[in-house]
Amino acid sequence: MSERHETNAIRLHRELDAIWHTPPGLQRLAAVNHTILGRRFIIAAFVFFSIGGILSMLIRAQLATPNTAFVGPEVYNQIFTMHGTVMMFLFAIPMFEGFAIYLLPKLLGARDLAFPRLTALGFYCYIFGGSILIVAMLFGVAPDSGWFMYTPLSSSTYTPGINADVWLLGITFVEISAIAAAVEITVTILKLRAPGMSLDRMPIFAWYLLVTAGMMLIGFPPLILGSILLELERAFDLPFFDPTRGGDSLLWQHLFWLFGHPEVYIIFLPAAGAVSTIIPVFARRELMGYRAIIVAIIAVAFLSFGLWVHHMFTVGIPHLALAFFSAASALVAIPTAVQIFAWLATLAHGKPRFDVPMLYIFGFLFVFVLGGLTGVMLAMVPFNWQVHDSYFVVAHLHYVLVGGFVFPMLAAAYYWLPHVTGRLTMHKISVPAFWLIFIGFNMTFFMMHLTGLRGMPRRVHTYPSGVGWDWLNLLSSIGGFILTMGFALILVDIILQFRFGKPYRRNPWSARTLEWAQPNPPPSYNFAALPLVDRRADTLDPHAIGNELAAGKGYLGFSRNGWQETLGVDMTTGRPDQTIILPNRTFLPLWTAIAIGLFVLCLLFKFYWLSLVPLGLTLVLCLAWTNVTGLKHDHGELDVGGDLSVPPHYEADGPPSWWGMVLLLACNGTLYASLIFAVFFLWLVAPGWPPAELLETGLVLPLLTAIALVGAALLSRMAVSANAEGGGALPLLLASAGAHVVSVGLLLYLINTALPEPTGHAYAATAFVTLAYTAIHSALGVVFALYGVWRIMNGFVSARRSLDLRIGRLWHDYTALTGLTGIALVLIMPLIVAIQGGGQ
Amino acid sequence: MFWGSAALFVLVGALYALAWFRPAALARVSVGQWLVGGGLVMPSIVLVGLVGAAFVLGERLIPRPLEDPPLRVYAQAYQWDWRFGYDDDEATTSELHIPVGQPVDVVVTTEDVIHSFWVPRLAGKIDAIPGHENVLRIEADRPGAYRGVCAEFCGNGHTTMRFTLIAHAPEDYAAALAEARAEASR
Repeated sequence: MSERHETNAIRLHRELDAIWHTPPGLQRLAAVNHTILGRRFIIAAFVFFSIGGILSMLIRAQLATPNTAFVGPEVYNQIFTMHGTVMMFLFAIPMFEGFAIYLLPKLLGARDLAFPRLTALGFYCYIFGGSILIVAMLFGVAPDSGWFMYTPLSSSTYTPGINADVWLLGITFVEISAIAAAVEITVTILKLRAPGMSLDRMPIFAWYLLVTAGMMLIGFPPLILGSILLELERAFDLPFFDPTRGGDSLLWQHLFWLFGHPEVYIIFLPAAGAVSTIIPVFARRELMGYRAIIVAIIAVAFLSFGLWVHHMFTVGIPHLALAFFSAASALVAIPTAVQIFAWLATLAHGKPRFDVPMLYIFGFLFVFVLGGLTGVMLAMVPFNWQVHDSYFVVAHLHYVLVGGFVFPMLAAAYYWLPHVTGRLTMHKISVPAFWLIFIGFNMTFFMMHLTGLRGMPRRVHTYPSGVGWDWLNLLSSIGGFILTMGFALILVDIILQFRFGKPYRRNPWSARTLEWAQPNPPPSYNFAALPLVDRRADTLDPHAIGNELAAGKGYLGFSRNGWQETLGVDMTTGRPDQTIILPNRTFLPLWTAIAIGLFVLCLLFKFYWLSLVPLGLTLVLCLAWTNVTGLKHDHGELDVGGDLSVPPHYEADGPPSWWGMVLLLACNGTLYASLIFAVFFLWLVAPGWPPAELLETGLVLPLLTAIALVGAALLSRMAVSANAEGGGALPLLLASAGAHVVSVGLLLYLINTALPEPTGHAYAATAFVTLAYTAIHSALGVVFALYGVWRIMNGFVSARRSLDLRIGRLWHDYTALTGLTGIALVLIMPLIVAIQGGGQ
Repeated sequence: MFWGSAALFVLVGALYALAWFRPAALARVSVGQWLVGGGLVMPSIVLVGLVGAAFVLGERLIPRPLEDPPLRVYAQAYQWDWRFGYDDDEATTSELHIPVGQPVDVVVTTEDVIHSFWVPRLAGKIDAIPGHENVLRIEADRPGAYRGVCAEFCGNGHTTMRFTLIAHAPEDYAAALAEARAEASR
C-alpha cells in the first residue's frame, strides 16, 4: 500500500466515522447501528439462555431421583413452562436475529440494515417483553400451562391468575421484534447489496436468512392471532375456545402448531446457513451444490407449513388425514439429506483442515443426524401414538434443537467471534469445553429415549420408584450438570479471548466472503467504499478487496451532506438503482417501546380504559419517526462513484420502506387469513353449532360500508395519480380520510346493533373480531390519509417524491380488500350456518 | 426401524469420517452423484417403505367398525382422576375392567381440560378433548393389572393422575365387574 493510499484511507475513515459512530454514555441508548444492536441481541439472548439453563438444572435436580420433594407441582409447572418459553422465544429466535443483524450488511456489502431504527425498536421490545416474563417468574406468577399453552387449561376457568396473561402479552410483545426483524432481513437482502451481487451470487448464508425471514412473516401471524383471541377470551369472555359456547380448544392447537412447526425450521435454517458458510472455509473449497441447497431450503420452507398436524396425531383426527401429514413430515428428510450430502461433497472435494469451529460442526452432524432419524420415527403414526408426550419426544426435540441450533451456533460463535473482538481464539479451553458439552449432552438426552420407551410421560414433577426409570433419570441429571460446566467454560473462554486473545490484521481463517474484507473489530460504517461483486460472493479475495475499499476505491467512497448513505440495488440483477439515506441515531425507538410496554402492562393489570393513553402515545411517537425522513426538494440523479448516478431512495420506484410496507401487509394478511381459517374451523368442527342467534344486518349497511372502503382506496389512488401530474392530491386525500371516517362509523354501528352478544357464542365472537379488524384498519386509514396531507403541506411531496402517498395507497388497498372479504364473510355466514342447521 | 436408523447413522458417520481423513477416496464421486444418490434416492426408498408400512399398521390399529361390534367402555377424565363407565347403566368404577382376548373400544371424554388416556403396555394414546368424543381400541392378551397414566399435561395433579386397568378372563369378567360396581356404589 502506498503512503498516499494510507493517508487517504485515514482521512476517509475520519469523515465517515464522524457521521456513523455512536457516542458513549447515554447516547448508547439511542444507537441504531447494526453492529452495536447485533451484539446486544446476542448478549441478551445469551443471558436468557443462561436463565433457561438454570431452569433446566432445577428440572434435572428435581427428577434426579424418584419421589423428590425439592419442588411441588405448582412450582415445577412454572419451571418447565418457562424453560420451554425462554429457550424458544427469548433465546433461539433472538440469537439468530442477533447473528443476522450483526452479519447481514457485512456479508452483502452494505453499510447498515434497511431500517436501523426498527432494529432498535425490535431490541427494546424483546428486552421489555422478556423482562415481563422473568419478573413474573421472580414473583412466582410465571406462566404454568406449558410453553404450548393449550386451552382450556390456559383459559380463565382453569388458570384464573395472571400467569397465562403474562405469557400471552409478554410473548406477543417479543414477537413485535420477530416481525420487525423478519421485515428488516427480507428487505435488506432483497435491496441492500453490493453492486453486481445478483441473487445467484449471494453468499449462501443470505439465502438461508432470506428463506427464514419469509417463513417468519407467514409463520408468526397464526400464533399472534391465537394469542390475541385467547387474551380476548380471558379478558372479555369471548368464547373462541370454549366448547360449551361454540368454541373449540382444538382451534388453539391448530393455530399454535401452524406457527410451532415452521418455528422449528426457522430456528434450524439459520444455523444450517452457518454450517454451509463454515464448512467450505475449512474444506478450503467453495460450497458444492450451491443451487441444489437453495432449492432444498425453499422446499423445506414450503414443506414446513404442511406438517403442523404431526404434533396432533393423538387428538382424534381421521387416519387418512394423519397419513398425509405423516408422509409430508417424512418428506422433509429429503431436502435435509440434500444439504448433508452437499456438505459431505464439499469436504470430499476439498483439503479439510481442523479448527475449533469444525469440532462443533462434527458435534452438530452427530447429534442432528440422530435427531433427524428419531424425527422420521416420530412421523410414523402408530409409533407416534405410543411415544407421543413421553420422554422419547423430549429426547428427540433436544437432539434436533440443540443439535440443529446450539452446536452450529457455537461453531458460528467461534468462527465469527474474532470478527467482533479482532482477536484470535485460544485452543486450550475451547477443546475441553466442546467435549464436556458433547458428552454431557448425549448423556443427558440419549437416556431420555429409553426413559420414554419405558413409558415415562412428559411434564410430571416426580415419578414412582421401581418402574425402571430411576437410573436413567439419574444419568440424565449427571449429564445435565456436565453440559452446564461445558457452557460455563465457554463463557470463560470468550471472556479470555476479549482480554488476552492475539490481535490479527485481517481475515484469520482465509475465508472468501465480504465480511472478512473489513478491519476487525468492524468500523461503524462497515465499508469505506462499496465493492463491485463480479462473481459468486463466497469466492472473493477479502485481502485485496479490503485494501481497495479502505482507500475509498469503489462506490460511495466519500461523505456527502452528512448523510448515512448506502446503495440500493435491483432485486434480481444487483444493478444499483438508488442511494439509500439511512436515519441517524435517535431515542424514538426507546420511547416507542416504552409506550408499547406501558400499553402491555395496562392490559396485564386489566386497566383497559387507561391502556388507551399509551396506545395513543404509541401512535403519536410512530408519526414522530417520520420527522427526520424525507427530502424537501428534488435531487435528481446523484453521483455514487464508478461513473454511476442514481436517485436518492425518496425519488426511486421501489425504496426499502415501500417494500417494508408490502411485507408488513403480507404478514398482516396471513394473520387475517388465519382469522378466516378460525371462523370456518369453528363452524365445521366445534361442538355447539349452529348458534341460537344470527346476525341480522340487512344488505344496506354492509353495502354502504363496502362502498366507503372501496371509495377510500380509489380516492387515494386518484391522489397518487394527481400528484404524479403535478398536484391536486390534497383534496382527494381529505376525501379519502372522510370515506374512512364513514366506514368506521358504519362498522361501529353494525357491531353495536346488528351483532348478537359476542360473549354468547363463538359465532358472534368471530363476527365481532372480523368487523373490528376492518374498523381498526379503516381508522388507521384516516391516519394514513391525513399523514399524506401533512407531508404535502410540509413540502415533502412532489411529483418525484411520492413515496409517502404510495405507502398510504398500499394501506388503503389492503384495507378495502380485507374489508370486502370480511363483510362478505359476515353476510354469508348466517346463510351457510342456516343450511347446516337445516341439514341436521 | 431401530436397526435401520442405526445403519443409516453409521453410514453417514463413516462417509464423513472418510471425507475428513481420506478425501481422495471420495473425490471421484461428483457433487451431482452425492446429491442425487444420498440426498434423493436413498431417503426416498427408505421413506416410501416406511410410510407405507406405517400406514398399513395404522389401518389395523384404528377402531373401524367390526361385524361383531366390540365391547364399549367409557373413560371420563377430570382434574385429576378417571371415572370408568360401562355400556348399560350409570354406575362407574375407579379402575377400568375389561375382558382379555377381545377388542374393546374405549370412548374417551373429559369434563374440563384436555387429558390423554394411555396404557403403555396395551396401546398408543388418545386425547380427551372437551366437547369431543375419541375412541381408542385396545386388546389385552393376558389377565392382570396394567398401569395407565394421563399423558397430556393437565395442571397441578397431572403427575398423580394414574389409573389401573384390570383384564379378566372372559368367564370371570361379569362377576368381577359387578363386584367392582358394588364397591364403587358403597
